[in-house]
Parts: sequence; structure tokens; C-alpha cells
Amino acid sequence: MVSHAEGGHSHAAPTGFIRKYIFSLDHKVIGIQYYFLALFSVFLGMGLSLLMRIHLVWPALHLPFTPGGQMTPEQYIALVTMHGSIMVFMVLTTAPQSGFGNYILPIQIGAADMAFPVLNMLSFWTTFVSLVVMVSAFFVEGGAPISGWTAYTPLSALGSIAGPGEGAGQTLWVIGLAIFCAGSLLGAINFIATTIDLRAKGMTLMRLPLTVWAWLVTAVLGLLAFGVLLSACVLLLLDRTAGTSFFVPGGLTITDTVITGHNGGSPLLWQHLFWFFGHPEVYIAILPGMGVASHLLSTFSRKPIFGYRAMVYAMLAIGFLGFCVWGHHMFISGMSPYSAFAFSLLTMSIGVPSAIKTFNWLGTLWGGRIQFTTSMLFALGFVSLFVSGGISGLFLAQPAIDLYLHDTYYVVAHFHLIMGVAAIFGIFGATYFWFPKMFGRHLSEGIGKIHFWITFVGVYSIFMPMHFLGIAGHPRRYADLTGVQYLGGLIPVQRFISIAAFITISAQLLFLFNFLWSLKKGKKAEMNPWNATTLEWTISSPPPHDNFGGVTPVVYRGPYEFSTPGHSEDFIPQTLSPAEVSNH
Amino acid sequence: MPGAVAEDLDLEIGASHGGGIAIRDGGGDFGPRGDGTDPAYRHASLTGITLALGAILMFFMALTSSYIVRKGTTSDWIPITVPRLLYLNTLVLIASSVTIELARRKLARGMIAAYRQMWALTIGLGLLFVAGQLLAWRTLRAEGVFLATNPSSSFFYTLTALHGVHLLGGVIALLYVTVKSWQRSKIGRATGVQIASIYWHFMDGLWVFLLLLLTLGR
Repeated sequence: MVSHAEGGHSHAAPTGFIRKYIFSLDHKVIGIQYYFLALFSVFLGMGLSLLMRIHLVWPALHLPFTPGGQMTPEQYIALVTMHGSIMVFMVLTTAPQSGFGNYILPIQIGAADMAFPVLNMLSFWTTFVSLVVMVSAFFVEGGAPISGWTAYTPLSALGSIAGPGEGAGQTLWVIGLAIFCAGSLLGAINFIATTIDLRAKGMTLMRLPLTVWAWLVTAVLGLLAFGVLLSACVLLLLDRTAGTSFFVPGGLTITDTVITGHNGGSPLLWQHLFWFFGHPEVYIAILPGMGVASHLLSTFSRKPIFGYRAMVYAMLAIGFLGFCVWGHHMFISGMSPYSAFAFSLLTMSIGVPSAIKTFNWLGTLWGGRIQFTTSMLFALGFVSLFVSGGISGLFLAQPAIDLYLHDTYYVVAHFHLIMGVAAIFGIFGATYFWFPKMFGRHLSEGIGKIHFWITFVGVYSIFMPMHFLGIAGHPRRYADLTGVQYLGGLIPVQRFISIAAFITISAQLLFLFNFLWSLKKGKKAEMNPWNATTLEWTISSPPPHDNFGGVTPVVYRGPYEFSTPGHSEDFIPQTLSPAEVSNH
Repeated sequence: MPGAVAEDLDLEIGASHGGGIAIRDGGGDFGPRGDGTDPAYRHASLTGITLALGAILMFFMALTSSYIVRKGTTSDWIPITVPRLLYLNTLVLIASSVTIELARRKLARGMIAAYRQMWALTIGLGLLFVAGQLLAWRTLRAEGVFLATNPSSSFFYTLTALHGVHLLGGVIALLYVTVKSWQRSKIGRATGVQIASIYWHFMDGLWVFLLLLLTLGR
């Protein structure tokens, strides 16, 4: 073995606390940093949703953090905005991709680290700064912005005249998002270059674990999408601070005040730029979950994944089509019916690769010797949520139906199931599966199963009724239902949803306890506790600084060789040579 | 068990390279022993710059698309006449592309002094271009054309500023290549120079494109 100390790729194990845990170059530490950033953010985002749920059904209740004790409609919308922004960017984009991808991808392809460790560190700290900037919007005059996570113009472009939070709060939000774009672009470059150039010998593309394929496709989506959002942020910032009129039309009036100094801008331009990013963003959130679900379903069914190549091509197709459908978010913007028709057809065509994936997941389970570990339960839950959340997408993809359902709770139900909760289930599945590898100890399976069942039943109880609210015409983003007569009959449903939300959120405290307790007291993990096949299970738990301890792995086979006839064990690691297999 | 397998194979791995797959020898040190550079890491660096340019291209294409949409959908677009100085600046930037290419070739032939000269000249030309752009802004301001004057001028300032920032990033990269000690590097100076050159040429081409957009597409 060659010993080495200099920089570049193969950095030596750092000794000081700061280089080891704060400004670390080790992809594993950075992955965990991203995970903790997401963990903090998800509890923050959940806290905001809790306040929203309480206010919706008990509007008279005095809440903390609201000056005067009574929440104003604007404060409610600020909660909506920040809940969405924090969840989408700081949780769904960071944990599945930057968190687990960072930790697991280099090991699964047999590399010692990411291709550009310094860039990797920068991308984490850039993301951290973006979180701080975005959250600081709460603490400036006027508070957090009220334009939603989509920040539609002209509302988001006018400044404080458009409402509280539209002054400094919105500016911080835009700057935070722009910084986030930069960090995500750095991450995407690193993921793709690593996967292309640092694979171990024998790790051909068709031997990559489906998790790696998912992270790769996600990184490509990020690479192509975040630059577009960044450009939109730059233009929006100029409209807000420099008096330009990219998005602000002339002659706007806000409560009897005529907005001067702007002319001719196009609010729709913002929508196009935002959704050109925004739709791929949905897949950035969900694709890693698909990879994790495929991986876990195969491992815990003790069967090869059904249709490996089809799974890869389906992911590529979803990634490609994801860039062709942004217009379906804009059916009610007055677009030409011909455009709407094209966007509608393209959107529905995503159902084809999605169905391929679903059938292959079921095909993998079929006849398998299924082990119901907690991570497997979450993978099964992912498939369930993906189907229930996806099917409502086919309805919304049709302009005639969308005209009615747009801006109702039906849409809220749809995207929470598919983009929010399904992706979160992917994160949970990954957490229960890889926690032993990352921290050398198991999460408690007993608490984990209770956590799963409460969460699974809980999220369906929250989001299924929202479909009916939407069909009944309940609009989104209403802060108070008491004054709206036709919504009166729906308040009991809202109350049921709020109670379901409290219970579901409580179960997450159970998870947090399990996580923190197991870090210290969990059952010690062996090298390969799940009898899995991929490279991360051939090294110690947790892995050494350079992953393979100076040894270079060689890969001889695909990632899902389970229950191979004639082999003594029911799994064959990717590193086992044909000679060794025949010797068994 | 699998770990042991890989250990046995270590010698074989160290010796064989191929199939476009990164091979590393022991200790996580990527290079063939003795020589500090590493083919896999060098290749990853070239992949990385290509991807970065892809992202930058998407960024500027989104702005171009906004330009076309903004110009086509409203009647308040008053085309500005770009200052003539821009054409001179363009020549300076094209000249810098020539000098950076000369520098790269000199280095490849081992003519270090000539390489350094051409490299420094490129940095000088790059800074001259940025100074020229700032002068062009001054000319426009003197004519009463500001950022918020009308959409055409908004795009003019925005596009030139964003390109300028990217070009300054290139200048920093060139300076970094100059001051970096390459002896202990994993990619070697030739690759560092190559990556900086690719970026520089891209910024040159991008500027020509933006100039055409701002003149023919005004």
C-alpha cells in the first residue's frame, strides 16, 4: 500500500476537530452534515405546518410567535411560504441526494471519495449559508415573505407595498434561493464527474446499483435546472432592488396606490422560468427515493430486481420528460389550448415509465421471501404513496379538469403525497437501511415499526381527505374558514386532518428519539447486517476515512444477485469473483 | 471475505488500466506510483469543467430566452445602440483566446518562459476587456441610458455584467494556475492549463454570442 499525505484527491485523514467535522473534505462527513441540515429543516418545516393546521381549525387560539397572539392572514401565508420553501429546498433536495448520495454513492461505485472534495465541502457550506439567509427572513421587519414557495410575480417583485414580508423578507428569500442554486450546481457537477470517472474496475454502467443511477439522473436534472432558477432569481432581484421591469407590468394598483416606475414586464416569464426548474425539481426530490425503493425491495425480497435495464431506462425517460412538462403548472395562465394540449399529452406520457417502475417493483416482490424490516416497510410505503400520489397527477394533467382543481386542496394532496411524503418515505427507508453503515449501530427496529405504521396511516389520513376538500371546491391558502359560508361544512374534515397531523408529527418525535438514542446505545452493527450485495457492505461499519482502507475493490457482477441457484448463501456480493462463487 | 479478495487482487489492479474505468492503486492514492498525476482524476477534472460549462450555458440560455420573450411580448422595448467600444473589446477578447492557446502549446513543448509570457498576456487582455466593458457602460450612462431605463438597457447591463463576472472568475482561475505549485498536484500543470483554457475559450465564444444577441437581436 502506498502511504500519502498530500492534498488533491486522496486527502489524508484529518486530525483536528474543525477539519474532521466542520470543514471536512470527507464525503461521508459531508453527507452526514447534509443529513443533519435536512433533519433540522424538516422539524422546522413541520413546526410551521403545525401552526398552520392549528390556526386553520382553531383560528381564535392564541399562538406563540405571533405578536398580539392572533395570527393574521399574512402571517399564515408567510408560514405557507416558508414551510414550502424549507421543505422543498432544504429537505427534499438535500437529504435524499446530497445527504445519502454523498455518503453512499462513492462507496457503492468503489471510490475513495468524491471527485472534487473541496468543491463538495463548498457546496455544503453554500447550502448552509442559503438556509441561514432564507430562515433569517423570519427575523427582519415585516417577517417572512407571503408569495408562496413559487414566488409568483408581480407580488414577489414589488417590495413592501405588496404586503408584510415582501420587503426585506422576500429579498432575503430570493438571495437565499440564489445561493442554494449555486451550492446545488456544485454538488451536481461533483456527483456526475464522480460517477463517470471514479468507478472501480468492473463497475460498468449496467452493474451500477439503481441508487447510483437515481443519484446520477437527479444530478443531471439539477445541473440543467438550477442554472435556470438562478437566472430567474437574478432578474427578480433586479426588479426588486434596481427598478427594472423584467416581470413587473405597468399600471398595477395595490389598495388604491398606483405602482410607478415599472412598465411592460411579463409575470408569465417568471412562471416559465420558475417551472422550467420547478418541474424537474419534483423529480430531483423523488428519483433518489425510487432508487432507494428499488434497492430495498430487491434486497429484502431476496430476489434480483425485476427488469434492471427497464428500471434504468424508465428513470432516464422520467428525467427527460421532466423537462418537457413545465407548462402543466400553468394551465390556468391563459396559455394557448394547443400548448396546453401538448403539455397535457407529455405529462400523461410520464405515466408510462412510472408504471414500468411500479410493475417492476411489484414483479420484484412477487414470489420473494420478503423480510419486513423497517426500511422495507418504508420502501413498500414509498410504492404505495407513489401510486396514490401519481394517479391524481393523471387527473391534474388534463387542462379541463385542472381548470377546476387548480388552487384547491386537490393539488395540495397530490404534490404532498408524491413529492413530499413519498420522498420522505424514501429518506426514512434509506435512514433505517444505512444508519448501521453510517454510525456503526442499528436503529431500534421495534420503535421503527411503530414509527412506520403511525406515519403511514397518518399521512394517508392527512392527505386523502384533502382530495375531497379539493373536489368540493376548497381553495388553497385560505387562512381562516370561519367567514366563508360554503366552506362551513368542510371544517370537520379540516379538523380531522389537523388531528391526524398532530399524531403523525408526534410519531416523528419517536423517530428523533430513536435516532439520537441509537447513535449512542443502539445495537452494534456488523459489516453486512442485511446480507446485501453492494460495495458499502464489504467494508466496516462505519467505513474508514478512505472507504476501502487502501484496497481497491473489483466488481464482478451486478448489484442484485440474490437467491442464485447453486450458491450456498442467498446473496452474492458484487466483489465475489466467478471462481469464488463456484468454490462455494 | 470480499475485502480479502480485493486485497489479493491489489497488484493486478495496480497494473491494469482500461475500459474508461478509474483504477486506483493503494492507499487511495490515485496515481501510478512516483508520478504525482492521476489519469482518473485528470479525466474527472475535464468532465467537471465540461459539466460546469453546461450549467453556465443553461444559465445564459435562460437569460437569452427571457430576452426574446420580454422583447416579443411588450411594446415598451426601445432598442439601445451598443457602444462601438464593444467591438474593440471583442477583438481584445478574441486576441486573448489566441494568446491562451499559444501559451498552452508553448507549455506542451516545454517552453516554460514563453508559456508564462503568453499566460500573463492573456490575464492582461482579460482585464483589459473588463475595463473596456466598464468604459462602455460609462459611455451609455453618459447618454442617459441606465439599468432601469428600458427593458433593452436592462438586459444590456445584466448580460454584460453577468458575463463580466464569469470572465473575472476566469481571470482568477488563470492567476491560480500561475501561482499554484504543481509539483504535488494530482492533475498536473498541463491539465490545469487545459481546463483554464477551455473555460476561457467558452467565455470568449459566449461573449460573441451575447454581442450578436445584443446587436442583431436588438
